[in-house]
Amino acid sequence: MSTLWFDIAHLFAGGVLVLSLALLYQDRITAVINVFALQAVVLSLSVAWQSVVQGAPHLVATAVIALVAKGLIIPTALHRIVRKLDVHREVERAIGGGPTMLAGLGLVALSILLVEPVVDTADPVAREDFAFALAVVLLGLLMMITRRNAVTQVVGFMSLENGLVLAATGAKGMPLVVEVSVAFSVLIAFIVFGVFVFRIRERFDTVDVNVLERFRGERREHL
Amino acid sequence: MPEVAVALWCIAGFLGAGVVGAVLGNRPFATPLVYGACLAIALLGVLVALGVLFGGAPATAVVLPVGLPGIGAHVRLDPLAAFFMLVVDLGAAAASLYAIGYGRHAAEPRRVLPFYGAFLAGMNLVVLAADAFTFLLSWEFMSLASWALVVSDHRSSASLRAGYVYLLMAGFGTFCLLLAFGLLAGTSGDFTFAHLRTAGAGETATALATMLVIVGTGSKAGLMPLHVWLPLAHPAAPSHVSALLSGVMTKVGIYAFIRLVFDVIGDFSPWVGLVVVMSGGGTAVLGVLYAVMQRDLKRLLAYSTVENVGIVFIGLGLALAFRANGQGPAAALAMTAALFHVLNHAAFKSLLFFGAGAVLAGSGERDMEKLGGLVHRMPQTAVVFLLGCMSIAALPPLNGFVSEWLTFQAILLSPQLPQWGLKFAVPAVGALLALAAALAGACFVKAFGVVFLGRPRSPAAATAHEIDAFGLTAMLTLAWICLAAGTLPGFVIDALAPVTRDLTGSALPAQASLPWLSIVPIAESRSSYNGLVVFFFLVASGSFTAIAVHRVASRRTRRAPAWDCGYPLDSPLTQYSGASFAMPIRRVFATVTFGVHETVDMPRPGEMRPARFRLRVRDPAWRFFYGPLARGVERAARRLNRLQFLTIRRYLALVFAALVVLMLVVAAWR
Repeated sequence: MSTLWFDIAHLFAGGVLVLSLALLYQDRITAVINVFALQAVVLSLSVAWQSVVQGAPHLVATAVIALVAKGLIIPTALHRIVRKLDVHREVERAIGGGPTMLAGLGLVALSILLVEPVVDTADPVAREDFAFALAVVLLGLLMMITRRNAVTQVVGFMSLENGLVLAATGAKGMPLVVEVSVAFSVLIAFIVFGVFVFRIRERFDTVDVNVLERFRGERREHL
Repeated sequence: MPEVAVALWCIAGFLGAGVVGAVLGNRPFATPLVYGACLAIALLGVLVALGVLFGGAPATAVVLPVGLPGIGAHVRLDPLAAFFMLVVDLGAAAASLYAIGYGRHAAEPRRVLPFYGAFLAGMNLVVLAADAFTFLLSWEFMSLASWALVVSDHRSSASLRAGYVYLLMAGFGTFCLLLAFGLLAGTSGDFTFAHLRTAGAGETATALATMLVIVGTGSKAGLMPLHVWLPLAHPAAPSHVSALLSGVMTKVGIYAFIRLVFDVIGDFSPWVGLVVVMSGGGTAVLGVLYAVMQRDLKRLLAYSTVENVGIVFIGLGLALAFRANGQGPAAALAMTAALFHVLNHAAFKSLLFFGAGAVLAGSGERDMEKLGGLVHRMPQTAVVFLLGCMSIAALPPLNGFVSEWLTFQAILLSPQLPQWGLKFAVPAVGALLALAAALAGACFVKAFGVVFLGRPRSPAAATAHEIDAFGLTAMLTLAWICLAAGTLPGFVIDALAPVTRDLTGSALPAQASLPWLSIVPIAESRSSYNGLVVFFFLVASGSFTAIAVHRVASRRTRRAPAWDCGYPLDSPLTQYSGASFAMPIRRVFATVTFGVHETVDMPRPGEMRPARFRLRVRDPAWRFFYGPLARGVERAARRLNRLQFLTIRRYLALVFAALVVLMLVVAAWR
């Protein structure tokens, strides 16, 4: 029985990680947002399963927050922004897909290498969860630096946040307050980014951050 | 009430005086009120310190419930702390008395009064602190308060520059001390001195911490090449504060060195002694060479402080070397010499700065080339200033001679040391010390002669007036202290006995009970000195000569041209000037060391323009140490400046790369 429970927890957490890699690979903005929504759904499933495994009913609330806020509200809002800004056809990458994926794989390997010995004595569920969560965080960061569009950078940031939630729920005894605050911070960050993106758009007619750099009087350079 | 409680109340009183100064600073009565209060509190502090030194009471410690939560502030009053508290409060009392009158000259008293009280409180607290946190906090408090005093004349760009350099050096010194404490404490997290004494940080960490302490405290005390802030900052402050900075605050730096190396670290190799002795010797010679070449009176005094700090560090280095070799009595002799010189320098350097302040207040000048002949206008100041000059030039029977003589006695014991390097190096440093003492004599002949003798070189000097009674009393008191410590050194040495016993494990034999009040540091057969006999001999022979001259010589008044050295011209410019006095020394010693550059611009026959002589002197510390350092920092800063203009994405990438590298390190390390 316990192996099955463990396997299911593993499956969900691994799903979040796989979707992170998928996020990294997407070219189009609409696809990125869709994959992000899917990741949030899988995350909420994972959190819900953790609440069953740990017998912690308050994690259900976290799962619901993740599902509603990140799986529903934020993707819908992002879709609206993208439609309004008329950037849904744009392909924007600073680094090509192949190298990015290779780097992502390296990061996953690194995080497993790093976490495995640290929490050797801990409960195996938590251990796997931590490795996956660290990988998700690193992949989110990688996404933020490989993209050139403000909207996809926002998505990268929020997928990073997903990794944090995954880590927080993997450990036993994480109080609800923390998760609520994490959810709130994501929401606020999202609002700020939204306003910010609209402002950029109003002023420069694009959400390509390179234009901002030109505005600051710098050379246009590509990595 | 235990002594340490009284000492703490004194600190609170100084802070209170500072607050009063901040609130009432603009009222005319605030200046005498604040300085009067500081004088009373400082005298109380002197009494407490004397009580501890002579009373032989055991060290008392208190933990105050302030500071970091759960740790508190540890303070402790042991003989070493009491001795330096005596030095601090003696200087503070004299400066406060002096400033009751002198403070009237301050343009903006509110820029001086609040920080004056805070500065005194900070210095007292450093001496009492018994844990690293309290120590560093009060150390920085002292530095910042004194910085505010240095830049109190905020309209002159020179004092702002001095303040900037001082702030940099003070920050650097504190940084070194911070690292040293970190090394000593290791991972234990207990920063009380009592714990650090027993912690035993390991050989490498202790050696590194010792070097950091030398650099950190040396930068406050003025050890070469960390002295550069001192000749800039000390003259920039008002004169009574200059006296405190030069006479007292450098001693707090020396205190920190003694406390940390001898007491807290306690376990060092003899080579540390060699490093300290060599740097002390270099500091002494270079400091006094530079002092000889100054034309600003206060700068001359500040450089002479560098020299005296060097002398103290020679004594301390010898004490380190002797103690590391287990030679207790010799270490006690060297330590006594160093501490005695600390007390002496506090007395005569304060006296000299007061004199410079009196000259500045009376004539408005501190450029020696514009002074002269002040002995007629300021006779009382001239006499006490002369006494101060004689003390600092180490003439018997004054106090400077005793401490330098004791230092030489310690140097003469160096053949006892087993290390050959020390055996050779210490006599060489002795030669340096002798050179420094001789040059100090020349330096103060110049200071006194150019300022007080001859004819006035400017109208300001010709119309100078004597300083007020408070200032004169302060200077006279210090002059008496110099004379008393010089003629009765046995009592001072006996008072230092508990301090040296704590630091070196032994003390000099009791001196006050010896016949005729002689001092015999080692053995009668080796050396002894009697200041009182020298004093009476000088007085008797001087009086005898005077009487003889009056009786035997003709009483008829004769008039002859003064200073008529073959130039019977009226202009005071034909006199010997300070620069011409220093010229031989400059030519012999300083041409290479200081990169002296002389250019003479002589007009051709028939040309009407005046001839010009230009002299440029550069401190080698700036040339060889700070110049390259500043250039290196600037180059690195220009490289790093590009980071200012990266894109957001690249900033993120930098953070990300740093994170990944750190993780790789962690992963690889295990």
